[in-house]
Amino acid sequence: MIDAPFPRTLSGPAGSRPRTRIAPKRLMIYAALLIVSVYYLLPLWVMVMTSLKGMPEIRMGNIFAPPVEITFEPWVKAWSSACTGLNCDGLSRGFWNSVMIVVPSVVISIAVASVNGYALVNWKFRGSEVFFTILLFGAFIPYQVMIYPLVIILRELGLMGSVWGLVLVHTIFGMPIITLLFRNYFASLPEELFKAARVDGAGFWGIFLRVLVPMSLPIFTVAVILQITGIWNDFLFGVIYTKPDTYPMTVQLNNIVNSVQGVKEYNVNMAATLLTGLVPLSIYLISGKLFVRGIAAGAVKG
Amino acid sequence: MLDQTHTPAAALAGLSVSIRDLTLSFGSVTVLKDLNLDIGNGEFLVLLGASGCGKSTLLNCIAGLIEPTGGQIFISGQNVTWAEPSARGIGMVFQSYALYPQMTVEGNLSFGLRNAGVARDEIARRVARAAEILQLQPLLKRKPAALSGGQRQRVAIGRALVRDVDVFLFDEPLSNLDAKLRAELRVEIKRLHQNLKNTMIYVTHDQIEAMTLADRIAIMKGGIVQQLAAPLEIYNRPANLYVAGFIGSPPMNFLKGRLENRLFKGAITVPMADYDFTTAPTDGEVVFGIRPEHVALGAAAETSPIRTEITVEVIEPMGADTLIWTAIGTDPFRIRIDGQTRIAPGDRLTIGFDPACASLFDAKTENRL
Repeated sequence: MIDAPFPRTLSGPAGSRPRTRIAPKRLMIYAALLIVSVYYLLPLWVMVMTSLKGMPEIRMGNIFAPPVEITFEPWVKAWSSACTGLNCDGLSRGFWNSVMIVVPSVVISIAVASVNGYALVNWKFRGSEVFFTILLFGAFIPYQVMIYPLVIILRELGLMGSVWGLVLVHTIFGMPIITLLFRNYFASLPEELFKAARVDGAGFWGIFLRVLVPMSLPIFTVAVILQITGIWNDFLFGVIYTKPDTYPMTVQLNNIVNSVQGVKEYNVNMAATLLTGLVPLSIYLISGKLFVRGIAAGAVKG
Repeated sequence: MLDQTHTPAAALAGLSVSIRDLTLSFGSVTVLKDLNLDIGNGEFLVLLGASGCGKSTLLNCIAGLIEPTGGQIFISGQNVTWAEPSARGIGMVFQSYALYPQMTVEGNLSFGLRNAGVARDEIARRVARAAEILQLQPLLKRKPAALSGGQRQRVAIGRALVRDVDVFLFDEPLSNLDAKLRAELRVEIKRLHQNLKNTMIYVTHDQIEAMTLADRIAIMKGGIVQQLAAPLEIYNRPANLYVAGFIGSPPMNFLKGRLENRLFKGAITVPMADYDFTTAPTDGEVVFGIRPEHVALGAAAETSPIRTEITVEVIEPMGADTLIWTAIGTDPFRIRIDGQTRIAPGDRLTIGFDPACASLFDAKTENRL
């Protein structure tokens, strides 16, 4: 030890490095973010503003300007009295059709796919890998190839044009990707957990329902979101496999927006579009945190 | 083999677990080959080996989690080769604890009993008993995430305990814990075995755990049991070079040489007249083994039957004792001495040892002579 007086702190850097409030690098990042968000938010702004204007105000141009006189008339009309073909009861019919399609499709596809994924990981059987490969291959076959065969199958089953026919189609098409999702999630869970449950005498369903499902909330959330948004936004299958009475909301929206008779009611069209998009949007907003956790779950947990 | 078939009851008297000709192969890879193992009632058997030696696989076969390709497994006199894990009368403790994360400690403990349809008051009674033995009472309402590593492993042990099974299987239960907790839980498991007197089969790669816990140790390599014996027997009379090198820390010193007329000739010459040969020795290439702790220094060395002089190369003081690295001929040589001895690298020392403590192995077959 040195006895001579010695300053405790020497000159030069000490402690944490000082940070300037706004560094030039930050400024660039914020500017870029701002420009990008304006770019993406501008169409939404135009749509919301237009949907709140009356037709005379729209004809004046100024599509970026907020409404002088706010009116909810277009929203009401889009929901309950806009005409598509012969029906003049607005989007409400399509909304309820979509609900009737989405709810069973999501429930059935996830129920089946989660069991698929679980069996593929934990109860490997002879040929299970081949089975999985075939299932995955299904995800990469272009939809267009299967459209006509499915028409025939649905016709033979007597489901063509009905809501249940479309439910069946969505369930089948959701199967590969959702099975993959669950398979990868269950594969990331420690194998010893499954072994412990077997030693504890739980069977196929016991392990699945009482051990694995309770700890799989994040991945179920992801699956539900993917399926709801995917099926809700579907247009192609809806227009092919249903008929005007059972058209889902997206198809009906198209029919409202693209109707050629009379005046183009931009405000009603905008309101109808926003109404249709509200469901997936609210799903994301409600489940935001869980969704992120589920997406990250596969990667982070060892 | 038909004429050798006995009734299980007679052949298995006094045995808790009996493994007969067990073979396991995945395609062309054979993991276990014709493995035979008899474990007595209340015995604590440790399966010890480096990773990949098949010890965990063997345990999984006993538990029924892996289906063997051939052979039989008997537990408590019953042929359980085809039985479900839950029907074998075993409880298993895993390295990663494998607690059900969404259930409380109580739920974890009672899960197996609920699956077996045990009456509610009986479940409560058994959970309370296990909780008392393992001091889990204050934790019963907690989820596993709110427990420390040691507490989690105690819950995992409790989960095996409540099932009132004959055989406990431990799959490296302490490997995920830090050194201090490991030592504590090791004693706890030993105490548990002394109180319960169940049969326990314990897989580990840690020789300290094996030596301290086991009634008998089965050292495995390449799916084959190399030696099955009491810990001290394995320490004193290792059956082959692998076992000799595996047990003991630091490992045994090996000197290459020839055996000629009960005389070891290598870098040093050692008369092996006092050595306890397993069979009458024949001359040939051999490996002479002596444990670092059986080498003496100073006054003790002067009285030893064999003496030689070495130069200290490196020293590793560890407090309680000090390890000296040196060489005899071209073979590296380690000596373990009292920690208080003052030695510096470069010192010339006289060392001595007793050939009766040594081990001699055939250089070709690597088996003990």
